[in-house]
Amino acid sequence: MDKFIKLTGVAAPMPIVNVDTDMIIPKLHLKTIKRTGLGKSLFEEMRYLDDGSENPNFVLNKPAYREAKILVAGDNFGCGSSREHAPWALLDFGIRCVISTSFADIFYNNCFKNGILPIKVSEEDLAKLMDDAERGANATLTVDLENQTISGPDGGTVEFDIDPFRKQCLMEGLDDIGLTMKKKADITSFEDQQKMSQPWLYG
Amino acid sequence: MAKTLFDKIWEKHLVEVQDDGTCLLYIDRHLVHEVTSPQAFEGLRNEGRKVHRVDATLAVADHNTPTKDIDKGITNEDSRIQVEALENNVREFNIPYFDMSDMRRGIVHVIGPEQGFTLPGTTMVCGDSHTATHGAFGSLAFGIGTSEVEHVLATQTLLQLPAKNMRINVEGELPTGVTAKDIILAIIGKIGTGGGTGHVVEYTGDTIRNLSMEGRMTICNMTIEAGARAGLVAPDETTFEYLKGRPMAPKGAAWEAAVAYWKTLKTDDGAKFDTEVTLKASEIEPQVTWGTSPEDELPISGVIPDPANEPDEAKRRSIESALEYMGLKPGTPLAGIPVDKVFIGSCTNSRIEDLRAAAAIAKGRKVAATVGALVVPGSGLVKEQAEAEGLDKIFLDAGFEWREAGCSMCLAMNDDKLQPGERCASTSNRNFKGRQGRGGRTHLVSPAMAAAAAVTGKLTDVRDLD
Repeated sequence: MDKFIKLTGVAAPMPIVNVDTDMIIPKLHLKTIKRTGLGKSLFEEMRYLDDGSENPNFVLNKPAYREAKILVAGDNFGCGSSREHAPWALLDFGIRCVISTSFADIFYNNCFKNGILPIKVSEEDLAKLMDDAERGANATLTVDLENQTISGPDGGTVEFDIDPFRKQCLMEGLDDIGLTMKKKADITSFEDQQKMSQPWLYG
Repeated sequence: MAKTLFDKIWEKHLVEVQDDGTCLLYIDRHLVHEVTSPQAFEGLRNEGRKVHRVDATLAVADHNTPTKDIDKGITNEDSRIQVEALENNVREFNIPYFDMSDMRRGIVHVIGPEQGFTLPGTTMVCGDSHTATHGAFGSLAFGIGTSEVEHVLATQTLLQLPAKNMRINVEGELPTGVTAKDIILAIIGKIGTGGGTGHVVEYTGDTIRNLSMEGRMTICNMTIEAGARAGLVAPDETTFEYLKGRPMAPKGAAWEAAVAYWKTLKTDDGAKFDTEVTLKASEIEPQVTWGTSPEDELPISGVIPDPANEPDEAKRRSIESALEYMGLKPGTPLAGIPVDKVFIGSCTNSRIEDLRAAAAIAKGRKVAATVGALVVPGSGLVKEQAEAEGLDKIFLDAGFEWREAGCSMCLAMNDDKLQPGERCASTSNRNFKGRQGRGGRTHLVSPAMAAAAAVTGKLTDVRDLD
């Protein structure tokens, strides 16, 4: 997993509430057995017209936002299915950070496993960042994970909260399976106790 | 200190709590299906890791499986490759698996309870958001992503932060024609699709207590549609009666010991919930969704809302966009909107009780000439039982198609899908744009309401058919 320390890039505005994971990546693409290659299908149903050509009105098809690294979106982003294909598609497109007032829990977790930083901000800050993102060619934001700040093109700064362990994992690009496997003795001792109290759980 | 049921199950599964509050949570049960697991197995293979506990894992293919001509195999190449990948993985890692020829196969959230793999007081996960279903048994059950599937396969644990507690209390007798599906749709309408975010919901009250396990599963299943991590119903005699004798449930002395423990699984008097919601059953009508989010729902007696009345700009735009997609005009009564398709199935509503409710409406009636109607049982065993009760005959005589088990048109990953512009009364769980097929228009309803739509050709108040 790539480390996430500081990111400067174009922020694309997506002022839609309840962006669900079916919108982010339709089920047709869930048939893949790989993690990569989904970027071209990101937001497919909004991004392409019925004949397969690009929808010129969709934000990521506009010249200023084609290389967006950050998404500024409406409330409850990532609701719906648990598909990790959603963050995989965002990442494959080049988006490393999503900013919203709230995220669905499973999507939020899935982001951290893939080096994507989901940032929760207040409604007031989201409105400000949405304004910044709507500036087309000037819609550049800098996300500084270490200092937990987002700086806009005018030099204004928004602070954000993040759980310290998730921050550390992102900043160091840690593999949490490897970390957990070091705790094997604790897991085994838990199982030994559980086998005594609830033997029916072991077959 | 008085504790909630969620607090008790959580604490019982803590392997370690880090200084910053992150918990290493032990996972008792893991269901695996073909869509969200291939990359996880590949990860294990790349690192030379094994599956930590095959006895706590159960696999089945459900999303891609065809619901007719199954003896011909899977014709779509990508679907076939994904199911074959699962078959290769379960063989290589020695995981119990119900293959395509096995009567026990079906939707992962139907077969878990059916086999007694789902048990009270356990932690349970699956790479599927509708894992919330199993909360009906008092199991802390939640959906996870593929990286977490790999984490559970390798370590039988997950890194998690505790959730907040929400209680949703439903009191009183359900009016005739109103079902568990209507209760959960009404709840989602009330608290919104983000209303439960960060919470585990415990459902309480005599209305919930009086529901069958099937009804409780329907409610817990759609808890994720309210944004909550999981739903819970404390186990009781209804739970024990359902589980007794199931193939993977404990037997003999172990059964007695298990029930004694399960009886302790309830929220203490005076335990504090972060959020409380109350509904009166008597005020719930048969529900139907009109938009493209499960929170866009109204009683069948309602009319399509007017976005002009919504003061919030983002919400107004969202209603406008939903109505444009759905091809509906403000002020139109919901009852009477014509449908092209009816889908009875999915992990929300494909169990025997759901099929009985739909068959009770279908019996002696005919599917409208303008409608194509599909019944897809949740598992091979549900299908077998329905056939033993003669429900297949009722459906077939009425002009429904009677299919093989699978996820089918709930998410249209197999061949069962809506054509652009087609309108469907569906017993599934999501009415997102394109969910049942690109351009397809979904109205979520109960099985009885779906059957009523099939026989009248339009969204209909099931109570008017009696």
